Amino acid sequence: MRNLFNFIAKNYFFFVFIALETLAILLIIQHHHHQRSFFLHSGNAIAGRFYDGVNSVSQYLSLVRVNRDLAAENARLLEKEASAFLLRDDQTLEFTDTTHTQRYRYISAQVINNSVQRRNNFMTLDKGRKHGVEQDMGVITMNGVAGIVKNVSENFSTVISLLHQDMQISVRLKRQEYIGTLVWEGRDYRQATMTFIPSHVELARGDTIVTSGFSRMFPKDVFIGTVSDFEIRRGENFFSAGIDLAMDFNKLGYVYVVTDMMGDEQDLLESLNAP
Amino acid sequence: MRLRSEIIDMDIQGILRYLFLFLLLLLIQVLVFNSMRFGGYANPYVYLLFILLLPIDVSGWTLLFSAFFVGLTIDVFQDSLGMHAAATVFMAFCRPAVIRLISVKSDFEPGTMPGIATQGLTWVTTYVLLMVMLHHIPLFFLEIFRFTEFGQTLSRILLSTVLSSAFIVLGFFFWGKTAK
Repeated sequence: MRNLFNFIAKNYFFFVFIALETLAILLIIQHHHHQRSFFLHSGNAIAGRFYDGVNSVSQYLSLVRVNRDLAAENARLLEKEASAFLLRDDQTLEFTDTTHTQRYRYISAQVINNSVQRRNNFMTLDKGRKHGVEQDMGVITMNGVAGIVKNVSENFSTVISLLHQDMQISVRLKRQEYIGTLVWEGRDYRQATMTFIPSHVELARGDTIVTSGFSRMFPKDVFIGTVSDFEIRRGENFFSAGIDLAMDFNKLGYVYVVTDMMGDEQDLLESLNAP
Repeated sequence: MRLRSEIIDMDIQGILRYLFLFLLLLLIQVLVFNSMRFGGYANPYVYLLFILLLPIDVSGWTLLFSAFFVGLTIDVFQDSLGMHAAATVFMAFCRPAVIRLISVKSDFEPGTMPGIATQGLTWVTTYVLLMVMLHHIPLFFLEIFRFTEFGQTLSRILLSTVLSSAFIVLGFFFWGKTAK
């Protein structure tokens, strides 16, 4: 026994190394599998407030661009206003809101921390549980999908960016109506890849990609980008298309967190399918 | 008054200096380098300078534990829990061997800090390159957690190693100036 203690004491450097390395690996695994309720992430009080402070400075520097984007967004919304449509007299068209029930609500949030240069990227938002943000909610902008909420604290939330190896989003070719999966394969943050497009589909450069609405995190028909090139990769029998993302992940300012008001109902119904 | 602590193996002044260095590097890392994009490919990690600047004869406890906590702090700010801690501890573990490997004379004066003034630019550059590589290789593979995309990961490692090393050697210049 004494020899054992002597041995450990003599080689303590190695044993401390093994102990700390094990602890770190355990943290990584824990982080990977239980992605909630651990305080050591950038949505916690200290890091969150820190990024919030930093951001309030850098916000001023991007005000011009933010204003321009908001103006453009306003213009787009105005086009959809009732006053933008001409009344057509040749038919009677009753249009009351009782035929439409609101399904999605949007919480506007500001990106206070963001990265694009790593293989797996995250962002931090300045809205949290207090504002109605919950885990697994989708995050979008007018130009596409930004990511999925991962951790939520009282005032902040962290988001797994679309630029992450674990992100797979169900998307649709708008013209051909075919569904595929959008992934990011690293490299350029302006380029993603749409896979699992059947090989008989007639693709063309410039084809529009939108969300399919199959995943309940994102509403249907959110514009994502356009096809830049496509090929059938060796050993596969479906198309993989390179997608030019409409959204510039390097310039994210404001985003919308999507709340699906009927998500629970659909979940409940679909869970009845399980035997 | 010079109090010497048995465990930390350093006097109070030294501890305060390293504490200051740690806060400074943390700020620079999080505010400046984590928001640099370098074409969306590389992210230089200059906070390693802290481990590299510890006295050559620092105790193993101090070396490993400070590496762990420095790594963990960076992890919290980057949502990469455990990855930087693991890589930094690995690098710290290799440090004594690296120093033995590249040094001609084997015994240093007690408390010597690695620096350009004492060891020369060639020594410092070799030291930095080797150590940064020993940190980036485990880090980038832990980050993707798989061996597919091997070529892409390798190019990320190389590019980041070159950038990190360049900034860290620059850091050695500045720290050498302030230490005088």
